[in-house]
Amino acid sequence: MLPRLEPRGQASQAMVYLTPFIALFLTVIAGMVMFALLGHPPVKAITTFFLSPLNSGYGIAELFVKATPLIMIAVGLAIGFRANVWNIGAEGQLTLGAIAGSFLPVYFSDSENALMLPAMMLMGIAGGMAWAAIPALLKTRFNANEILTSLMLTYVATLFLSVLVHGPWRDPGGFNFPESVLFADVATLPILLSGTRLHLGALIALFVVLIGWILLARHLIGFQIKVAGFAPAAAEYAGFKRNRVVWLVLLGAGGLAGLAGIIEVSGPIGQLLPSISPGYGFTAIIVAFLGRLHPVGILFAGLVLALSYLGGETVQIEMGLPQGIAGVFQGMLLFFLLATDVLIKYRIRFGQPRVVTAPGT
Amino acid sequence: MNEQVTATNKQAHREEVMTGTPLLELKGISKAFPGVLANDNVDLSIYPGEIHALLGENGAGKSTLVKTMYGLLHADSGELHWNGERIVIANPNAARNLGIGMVFQHFSLFEAMTVRENIALGLEASQSRGDLDTRITEVSKAYGLELDPTRGVHSLSVGERQRIEIVRCLLQNPKLLVMDEPTSVLTPQEVDGLFETLRRLAEVSCSILYISHKLDEIKVLCEHATILRGGKVVAECNPREESARSLAEMMIGSTLKVPVASDKKAGAVKLQVKHLNRPAEDDFAVELKDISFELRAGEVLGIAGVAGNGQAELLQVLSGEVLASTNEAISLHGVPCGKSGIKVRRGHGLTFVPEERLGHGAVPDMSLVDNTILSGYSRQALLNRSFIRYSKARDCAEIICEKFNVKQGGLDSVASSLSGGNLQKFIVGREILQEPEVMIAAQPTWGVDAGSAAAIHQALLSLAEQGTAVLALSQDLDELLTISDRIAVIFHGHLSDAMPVSEVTAESLGLLMGGSQAKHGQTADAA
Repeated sequence: MLPRLEPRGQASQAMVYLTPFIALFLTVIAGMVMFALLGHPPVKAITTFFLSPLNSGYGIAELFVKATPLIMIAVGLAIGFRANVWNIGAEGQLTLGAIAGSFLPVYFSDSENALMLPAMMLMGIAGGMAWAAIPALLKTRFNANEILTSLMLTYVATLFLSVLVHGPWRDPGGFNFPESVLFADVATLPILLSGTRLHLGALIALFVVLIGWILLARHLIGFQIKVAGFAPAAAEYAGFKRNRVVWLVLLGAGGLAGLAGIIEVSGPIGQLLPSISPGYGFTAIIVAFLGRLHPVGILFAGLVLALSYLGGETVQIEMGLPQGIAGVFQGMLLFFLLATDVLIKYRIRFGQPRVVTAPGT
Repeated sequence: MNEQVTATNKQAHREEVMTGTPLLELKGISKAFPGVLANDNVDLSIYPGEIHALLGENGAGKSTLVKTMYGLLHADSGELHWNGERIVIANPNAARNLGIGMVFQHFSLFEAMTVRENIALGLEASQSRGDLDTRITEVSKAYGLELDPTRGVHSLSVGERQRIEIVRCLLQNPKLLVMDEPTSVLTPQEVDGLFETLRRLAEVSCSILYISHKLDEIKVLCEHATILRGGKVVAECNPREESARSLAEMMIGSTLKVPVASDKKAGAVKLQVKHLNRPAEDDFAVELKDISFELRAGEVLGIAGVAGNGQAELLQVLSGEVLASTNEAISLHGVPCGKSGIKVRRGHGLTFVPEERLGHGAVPDMSLVDNTILSGYSRQALLNRSFIRYSKARDCAEIICEKFNVKQGGLDSVASSLSGGNLQKFIVGREILQEPEVMIAAQPTWGVDAGSAAAIHQALLSLAEQGTAVLALSQDLDELLTISDRIAVIFHGHLSDAMPVSEVTAESLGLLMGGSQAKHGQTADAA
């Protein structure tokens, strides 16, 4: 009498767009159960987590600060996922982007050149691309699985960052703390709203969403990516080279992750630290799926996941709960999203398959 | 009543047999899948020792019905009776225990194993394996199914592989053998051999349910036919008293248009293939050996052959999905382009209908508009600086559907929602409307209903009439004999000389397809 999954004939298109909301709702319910089990008033805790962070203008600005890297990375990842290229090493590409972009402000810390910031951005993009080029090369040359290679390279990247800030790039006047020099003004992203940390990167993220949307909806490149994802043989038939698509989406996603990395260090952080991201590269995977791999969906999904980071900080401050709660909520959200996605395609049936009844007489 | 019974002797004979108890009787079988009623109150009786045809177009519900008999599916309503007793067939094991054997259209064999190992895998653990070789040889001899138990499956022809499946069934002493489209992969000579086997089986009172849409075969082989259309039984008849045309019309439910070729003259050489070689990529691929032919404007050249003799490999090289080893091996109206990809060749006027509709010729999950862009973006000028002109693509898709009578639920419906015949008409139409100079069509009507097949044949003929050079690869000899001006045969990666269609017959082609001596002094490599 085990439950079985039975395929539905046609997946409901409406449900495809509804499931993110259902998953979010279920996450809130499960979160309340979790708070209750931990001995906290569930309603108060959940409002502290989801609503308190947005009580102030500063809080709302912080939401956009956190959403900026998530959205930028997720747009790149989603385009790759559309082509069935599973780059899950965005965290590493972000780190390499941050390192490459920081080269200039670390070595030219007195510079007042106005081209500093654009040059940093370009180098950040190049750094992320270079890191993503490794899995691309391994996949197209040796058919190595990009899930493994890109993930493993993430750990290499974070350790490399650690080496730099503990060693050659450590601030000589920094009391031996593992930190680089503070970036000069020309190497810092302009603040959009005084009194907050909201920086120019937020606008860049919006621009990325727009470009991603146009690319997927209207451009031949987006069309190639979609065809490659749906039916590789049809892509060959159309004259789209599989390897070119792999290179394209990996370099694209790597470049965007690298850009997000350098924006983080030249914006909210202002210097290189041993840890420059609370897992944006991984959370962006959830953002991409919650946004249904669509750039506009990702814009909203990015805000939701950004809120989970803020909520984690708030419950830590106000209720003394561990900040890791944020990760729990992100995990639950992904779990419920995947579960509801399964139910779009399948229905659950209990008992044996139906049989023509009545035994022989 | 009586008058009907005595209408003909044959029918009378059948009526006589029918007074006995049917071996298997289906009563009012219905089975619905989401969105479609696959079987609608189907009645079917199979008597001991009869060869019974189940006839119907793709999607008529034949497969659903036999899967129900074999316990792979369970009917929503209706009853099954075995020798008059009501039964439930819970799974294929239960079906085999009753004595129902089934030979599927697609074989389930392990290529890397021997014939004996493959047969042993299909048997119940309880059956003794010690004397398997002798039993295989016994059964093979008794029914004319020559097989060497020690040979590896990968070295066998398709016909031989089918024999393994049949022997596997026969070792379990079935009372009813179900054969699903068994001849779609056989040469005419192999088909004759198979029919001989089936007749011998029927003589020892093993019933056979023969599923097919090849009408000539059914006329030769079967005494009784049940015709399905849209999930319902629409007729029962004696196929020997019907014409192929009347059977086809019962199957499709409307009158059939026969394609007509008009006189035409071959023009300049449009596609030239010279000494094309391609080594086999792995153990299961076929090596192409020194293939040469010319295709002229206005003619249809047919390439016949049993599946797996190098057609797939040849198509990849001709289309440009795989590049040839030398640039000169393939020329499109004089321009060598063996080393140019599919995009460049399209620029030279080559269009291509692949064998596989879903996933190769069309993207199943994308709309018809998107699928128009897939191969038409360059020749139909659907791009504006790499941006897609969707409104123009939509117009193109609309024209395709209109001109080629493609039935669809709107241009935004996905390709997989179309029936096989309609999707094939769409793909063929899409390629034709690009005004090709050379058109390659692989299995243009494979698995397509008779009405659509006739329309596609007509479209290819009209295309040739307008001066396009058409190359058609097919396993269906009737198709090639209908549309081709010249026919060549591919066997073991070797292409015979092309012969004018007036000089060949199904039999002479069949011999070539089986690898025997070619005409025109060419020796087919039978290694």
